[in-house]
Amino acid sequence: MKLTDIKELKKIANNIRISIIEQVYEAGSGHPGGALSIADIMAVLYFNQMNIDSKDEKSNLRDRLVLSKGHAVAALYAALAEKGYIPKEELKTFRKLGSRLQGHPDMEKLPGLDMSTGSLGQGLSIANGMAIASKMDSLGCRIYCILGDGEIEEGQIWEAAMTANKYHLDNLCVILDFNGLQIDGTVEEVKALDCLRSKWESFGFNVISCNGNDVEMLISSFEQAKQTKGMPSIIIAETIKGKGVSFMENKAEWHGKAPNEEEYNRAMKELKLEADKIENNIFELPGKEEKIWF
Amino acid sequence: MVLDKEIATRQSYGEALVELGEENENVVVLDADLSSATKTALFAKKFPDRFFDIGIAEQDMMGTAAGLSTFGKIPYASTFAVFAAGRSYDQVRNTIAHTNANVKICATHAGITVGEDGATHQMLEDIGMMRMLPNMRVISPSDDIQTKWVIKEVSKIKGPFYIRLCRLATPIIYDEKFVKENNIKFEIGKGIQIGDGTDASIIATGVTVSEALKAKEKLEKEGINVRVIDMHTIKPIDKELLIRCAKETKKIITVEDHSIYGGLGSTVCEVLSENYPVKVIRMGIKDTFGESGRAEELMKYFKIDCDSIIEIVKK
Repeated sequence: MKLTDIKELKKIANNIRISIIEQVYEAGSGHPGGALSIADIMAVLYFNQMNIDSKDEKSNLRDRLVLSKGHAVAALYAALAEKGYIPKEELKTFRKLGSRLQGHPDMEKLPGLDMSTGSLGQGLSIANGMAIASKMDSLGCRIYCILGDGEIEEGQIWEAAMTANKYHLDNLCVILDFNGLQIDGTVEEVKALDCLRSKWESFGFNVISCNGNDVEMLISSFEQAKQTKGMPSIIIAETIKGKGVSFMENKAEWHGKAPNEEEYNRAMKELKLEADKIENNIFELPGKEEKIWF
Repeated sequence: MVLDKEIATRQSYGEALVELGEENENVVVLDADLSSATKTALFAKKFPDRFFDIGIAEQDMMGTAAGLSTFGKIPYASTFAVFAAGRSYDQVRNTIAHTNANVKICATHAGITVGEDGATHQMLEDIGMMRMLPNMRVISPSDDIQTKWVIKEVSKIKGPFYIRLCRLATPIIYDEKFVKENNIKFEIGKGIQIGDGTDASIIATGVTVSEALKAKEKLEKEGINVRVIDMHTIKPIDKELLIRCAKETKKIITVEDHSIYGGLGSTVCEVLSENYPVKVIRMGIKDTFGESGRAEELMKYFKIDCDSIIEIVKK
């Protein structure tokens, strides 16, 4: 069932954020920054865009998601729990011995996952294979693939981009989580992504850019991608790493560490305040500086 | 064994793919710009819609194959062994082995028998690298007939396989007469025993099996009776057969076109040291890279040919 109510989608995105913080805190480790940045993308994909059924999780006709930046898996588990694929109680087992919820997605352990990932740079090739297979059998599946911005420093991404172009994979929609940060600092410092838009355009992609933390813009971007025929699409989703937790926002240090008790309480307080704001229709004007490098 | 009729296992692979393509429409083939050398071009010609040339991008090819497999396709992904196992090891590890993907990696041009191309193209570590991966099964067929059987057989077994093929044309071993006389049956995970000599067991795989058989014939004329084990499946290894050979024969010799580290010889040592410790002599490439030359010359130079085997048996 497709959820179109923007307020509901925002609530789900916020629930995903709450869940990410809970999972990472409970586990004592994990990757909150890059999971928080894709919470809105996950909410829109799982509740508005993807043709999926939690009761028929292995249907060959379902849309697929390859979370190539597998370290952000807490956002994916949260979405799967919201959707009813896994009991919410199970989220407490994240990253613990014997859990189905491995530190990086493991499809062999958790059937709701469409692919195991973890080693960066590999997801787009896999998504291509899925998109080709769907086309071969005229199944009509759409294949989504979430890449990190730091991740596209991996050469295999560009090999795969050429393959997607070669086979005109218009059933493929790549989402680039453009939060501008990676472990060692800003993406600009570590390995600049100059001319990001023209890079992807020159590789044969239909390039759509949007605020990746804005549910409405994401929906219209996904719709635009769906309507594009004969070529793959990429949504360059400008996001904030750590989005929703003030002291984690735009801080590379929150890529891969868990909050302590005090930080956990502060984060939860902020996210619950946000839930109230969404409930009461209190919106803040976006104050984020526009990124100028693409 | 038909010594005068030679065919490279890569050629057998290409021909088997065409037959398999007819039999099973889920079979798809991927290559990385080497289809004329890996012989997947034969399949590409017959089934252009089921053939994907991913270009010189082996890592991308492995990922694409894994993606195809999640939709029920049975991908055969081919390139030279040095690229299949080496260049894309992380992709094979994380995207194929870890996910237990139904991908058949068919790596041609393995070993020093690649010949003139030299060290960069002579893969000597792939058996070791691949057999260390959980879920991965490793097969190194020895002749045309066995290769064709293996290629079809693995399509019926879910999960990843690494199949090691060669550039060098080698004799046909398993012709009808030979199979009948020696009561031979092909089974994945079961080595083939040829002869029951007790002076030595020569355990070989891939291109060295025919060398071992030639050595066996020559030795017989001198009154030395050996048995040859064609250990086509290196993982899972046939422990039972190895232990029996160790008990029944005076000498255990392994011979492979691969490094003596990590390959067939190491596997045999692992099994025997834990189950029935005996001395094992490992013939293979000894901690060195290959080099350019004709394949037959290189086999002599690196001492994995018939005469070198005879020498070791007699020692």
